[in-house]
Amino acid sequence: MSAFTALVRRDVALATRRGGEAALTLGFFVITIALFPFGVGPDPELLGRIAAGIIWVTALLAAIVSLDRLFRQDLEDGSLDLLALSPMPLELVVLAKCLAHWLVTGLPVTLLAPVMGMMLQLDPEAYAPLIIGLALGTPALSLVGAIGASLVLGARRGGALIGLLVLPLYIPVLIFGISAVEAALAGLPVLPHILIEGAVLVVSLPLAAFAGAGALRLAMD
Amino acid sequence: MDPDSRNPALIAQSLSCERGGRHLFAGLDFALAPGDALVLRGPNASGKSSLLRVLAGLLEPTEGQVLWHGKDTREDPADWRRSLAFLGHGTALKPQFSVGDNLGFWSRFEQASRTPAEALEAVGLSHLADLPASMLSAGQQRRLALARLAARPGGCWLMDEPTVTLDAASVEQLSAMIAQHRAEGGIAILATHEDLAVENAAVLTLGVRS
Repeated sequence: MSAFTALVRRDVALATRRGGEAALTLGFFVITIALFPFGVGPDPELLGRIAAGIIWVTALLAAIVSLDRLFRQDLEDGSLDLLALSPMPLELVVLAKCLAHWLVTGLPVTLLAPVMGMMLQLDPEAYAPLIIGLALGTPALSLVGAIGASLVLGARRGGALIGLLVLPLYIPVLIFGISAVEAALAGLPVLPHILIEGAVLVVSLPLAAFAGAGALRLAMD
Repeated sequence: MDPDSRNPALIAQSLSCERGGRHLFAGLDFALAPGDALVLRGPNASGKSSLLRVLAGLLEPTEGQVLWHGKDTREDPADWRRSLAFLGHGTALKPQFSVGDNLGFWSRFEQASRTPAEALEAVGLSHLADLPASMLSAGQQRRLALARLAARPGGCWLMDEPTVTLDAASVEQLSAMIAQHRAEGGIAILATHEDLAVENAAVLTLGVRS
């Protein structure tokens, strides 16, 4: 498993260097959310009602910002050939890169969400389901995003295509993340929604591994 | 290179490859024993790179198979991949990392048997270990890519144009590196236009087919 951890550590190191994806993604997340009070007005009641939706949709968009670079740099400099030739299956290579992507995008977004919630006057009842939902949902965003990132490797305008391809696939993650928050606000049980969000993550694991590896093999051909 | 006289480690059987509807090569047979070298020659687009990629397992041959110690490298690739070191057109270097960190990652990932320091020594880049890879010249980047192979002696090296951008001294160094690799029981297969001194190497010339 040490090849797996070596790859995760390399990708995290690359993303956290100056000019890496980590700072870019977090900056995008914070600035985009900060725009909403300007756009819809500072009314705390209105902001509080849409806060969870703002945070979730912005988390979706933030996941996409750095997806184009997930495999492209490795393809262009020849690293992907070597990753594919390692004794470690290509499916695990995809999962290692997804884990690294989540560690530098989804995890910081999840940790920053309560701060953003405070800024938007989020109802105190909503914090726990929001954060648990993001903790389960953001890894799924990285996994499903990896499928899109590997599929558009052959295309010249990959960056714009990824959004078109991946955002519709993010809808289930968004729906169950939001429904957990809505249930908490309505005083209904939250657990079923959280469990479904977890199920989405579980399903996206093998899906990303096999579909991503298949698309990478096509891109290297 | 008589396959019957010694125990061949790598055997290619009637390999054929077709790319974009064009036959690159067909019915290639060869066998290489530990210590052997094979030099691929031929004009541009004759299929040298494709043959190397087919041997590595990155490209599907239209026909034929590659055996490593008797095992089909497609059906049972684990042993082959542990022994294989591939150098393609790309250098697989990250400009954000230092020379040492670049090599360090690949050494850990490919579980190399030599330390990065030893491998850097072999290509004469020890003194630049702390320099960012972005500061290296094209030739130095190539040497750093070769250091990745130097870290993995004893297996099979597949090299696509290893001498590109190298100066005369570095080409000699590469010759010595390949000679040592073969002396240690390694196999080297390389595609090159240059007259790289590889002693007693078999030469396979690929032609342009229609």
